[in-house]
Amino acid sequence: MYRVVEIEEIIKETPTIKTFFFRDETQPSPGQFYMIWLPGVDEFPMSISYIGERKAFSVKLVGEGTRKMHSLSEGDRLWIRGPYGRGFVEKNKKALFVGGGSGMATLAPLIERMRGDVVIAARTKEELLFKRRFKNRRVYIATDDGSEGFRGFAHELVERLLEENEYEIIYTCGPELMMRKLIDIAIERGLDIQASLERLMKCGIGICDSCSINGYRVCVDGPVFEKDILIEMSDLGRYTRDRAGRRVPL
Amino acid sequence: MLSVAINDLRFRNPLLLASGILDESGESMLQVIKHGAGGVVTKSIGMEPREGYENPVIYELSYGLLNAIGLANPGIENYGEEIKIAKRGGVPVIGSVFGKDAEEFAYLARKMEEYGVDAVELNLSCPHARGYGMEIGVDAALVEEIVKEVKRKVNIPVWAKLTPNTHNIVEIAKAASDSDALVLINTVRAMAIDIEAKLPVLSNIFGGLSGPCIKPIGIRAVYEVYREVEKPIVGVGGIIDARDVIEYIMAGASAVEIGTAIYLRGIHVFSEIASEMEDWMKKHGYEKIEELVGIAQVR
Ligand SMILES: Cc1cc2nc3c(=O)[nH]c(=O)nc-3n(C[C@H](O)[C@H](O)[C@H](O)COP(=O)(O)OP(=O)(O)OC[C@H]3O[C@@H](n4cnc5c(N)ncnc54)[C@H](O)[C@@H]3O)c2cc1C
Ligand SMILES: Cc1cc2nc3c(=O)[nH]c(=O)nc-3n(C[C@H](O)[C@H](O)[C@H](O)COP(=O)(O)O)c2cc1C
Ligand code: FES
Repeated sequence: MYRVVEIEEIIKETPTIKTFFFRDETQPSPGQFYMIWLPGVDEFPMSISYIGERKAFSVKLVGEGTRKMHSLSEGDRLWIRGPYGRGFVEKNKKALFVGGGSGMATLAPLIERMRGDVVIAARTKEELLFKRRFKNRRVYIATDDGSEGFRGFAHELVERLLEENEYEIIYTCGPELMMRKLIDIAIERGLDIQASLERLMKCGIGICDSCSINGYRVCVDGPVFEKDILIEMSDLGRYTRDRAGRRVPL
Repeated sequence: MLSVAINDLRFRNPLLLASGILDESGESMLQVIKHGAGGVVTKSIGMEPREGYENPVIYELSYGLLNAIGLANPGIENYGEEIKIAKRGGVPVIGSVFGKDAEEFAYLARKMEEYGVDAVELNLSCPHARGYGMEIGVDAALVEEIVKEVKRKVNIPVWAKLTPNTHNIVEIAKAASDSDALVLINTVRAMAIDIEAKLPVLSNIFGGLSGPCIKPIGIRAVYEVYREVEKPIVGVGGIIDARDVIEYIMAGASAVEIGTAIYLRGIHVFSEIASEMEDWMKKHGYEKIEELVGIAQVR
C-alpha cells in the first residue's frame, strides 16, 4: 500500500538537486530510504534528508523518474512506501562525515544528530549540497575542479585531514568509487567506517535480488553497512549488476 | 529427522528456496543456504538477458505480495558462474528455466545440466508464443511435448512447475507426468488498483499473487494431484511456518518451496521453520517426514 503525501515546499539547492518537503507519520532514522512512486512514470528509492515532523527528499536529476519529480510543484502529491532498510549506527567515537554529491542528502540528518566534522564534496562549487545547513562545526569543502575549497577528490582531502586529526570513524555516502577509496583508507589506518550504498532497486523489500552485492541486499541488510561487512564486499567499487542481473564492471 | 528424498535426490530438510526470490546471484543463494535451506531453486533463466518490467514491480498487501518482475534474468549464457558459486553451499541446486517452446526448454535444461545443477525445474507458467495472453502451462498438449522433449535431452531429474491459473490442474499434471516431480503452485494471476492514483499499481498491470492468501489454493492443488498422479510433489505457496509445511506434506507433498516468507519473516525463516518442525514432530511422535506424506487424504 502506498501513502499519499502532499509536497508542502520545494527548495532548489543546486542546479540539479531539489528538496521536497512533506508531512508523514512514519519515524525514519538517518540512512533509511523510501520508495517514491510517480503514477504512470516510475518508482525509485530515495533517502530521507530531513527526519523531523516535516520530512524531505533531496533529489538529484539523473533520468526520467527524477526529471518528472523535478517538474512537480508545491501542492502536488507523492506516493510513498517505507521507511526501509537499516540506517546508520550512532557510535560514541570521534567522527568525520564525508558526503559526495547527492550523498549529502543521506548523511545530513545523521550529521544534525551527532558531533563531528564534515566534508562536503562535489564536482563543482554550484553542486555542493547543504553547505550552510550545519551550525557550529567545522565544514570542509572539496571540489573536483577547485572552484571552491580543496581542489581534488574527497578522499584526498580526507587523507590530509587524517594527518592532523584523530578521527575514529568515518560515516560516508556518495559516488561508489569515493566510498571504495574511503573504505580502503579506513582499513589501512585501522579506522571504523560506515557507508550508505546504492544499487539498482526493484522491490525494495529484500526478495528480488537486484540490489545485492556479494550476497548482501542493499535494501534490507543495508543501505548502511558497517566495516566488517564492507570489507567482505569485493565487488564494491568494481562490479555492479544491470537490470537483467548481469554482473558488469562499474 | 527432517531429511527427505525426491527420487534419488537427498535434501537435509524439505525446505527449498522457491524460484525468483533471492536467487539471481550465486552469492545470494549461498546466504539462503547458510540460513538453513535444504536446497535452492534458481531464478527462472531464459535464452536471452531480460530486464523485466519497469517499476513498480511489487505491491505489498496485508495478506501477501503482488509481483510482476517480468522474468528479469541475465540469460542462460551468463549463468554458469552463479551456479558454480551456489554449488559451494553443499545442498542441491535446482536450475529453473523458461522458454517459449519445447526446443528452447530443452536447450536451457541441457545448459543447466552442463553448469552442474542437480535437477531442472521447468517454469511452465509464462506467456506463450502460440496464442497470445495464454500461459504455456494451461495447454496440456504443449506441456506434454515440453516435458517429453526435455526428458529426452537431459539425464538429471526434471521437475515441472505448474500454474494454478487453470480450471483443471489434474489434467495438466497428468500431461506433465513424464517428469520426475511436480511442483505446485506458481503465483495466482491478480492485480491491484491505487484508488488515489486511479491506476493499476504494477507497471505491467497484471501480476502474480503469493504469500499466505494463496496457501489454500496450493493445498487444494497438491491434494487433488496427489490422488491422481503418482509422482513426488513439491508444495509451494503461502508457507510461513512449520504448520503450513506440515499441512502441505499431509496433503501429499514430499518437500516444499518457500518464497514470500523471506519478506515476512526474514532470511532466517528456513532454519527457524526447520526447528519448529522438529519440535512438532517430536511432540507428535513422528521420526521421519515420509510418515506424514499424504496422510490427510480422505479415501
Ligand atoms: C537507498 C538509496 C537511496 C538513494 N537516495 C537518494 C537521494 O537521497 N537523493 C538522490 O538524488 N538520489 C538518491 N538515490 C538514487 C536515486 O534512486 C536514482 O537517482 C534514481 O533512481 C534515478 O531514477 P531516474 O528514473 O531519474 O533515472 P533512470 O532513468 O533510472 O537512470 C537515468 C540514468 O542515470 C543513471 N543513474 C541511475 N541512478 C543513478 C545514480 N544513483 N547515480 C548516477 N547515475 C545514475 C542510469 O544508469 C541512467 O543512465 C538513492 C538510491 C538508493 C538505492
Ligand atoms: C518476486 C517473485 C518472483 C518470482 N519469480 C519466479 C520465477 O522466476 N519463476 C518461477 O517459477 N516462480 C517465480 N515466483 C513464484 C514463486 O516461486 C512461488 O511459486 C510463489 O511465490 C508462491 O510461493 P510463496 O507464497 O512462498 O512465495 C516468483 C514469486 C515472487 C514473489
Ligand atoms: S531491491 Fe529487491 S532485493 Fe533489494
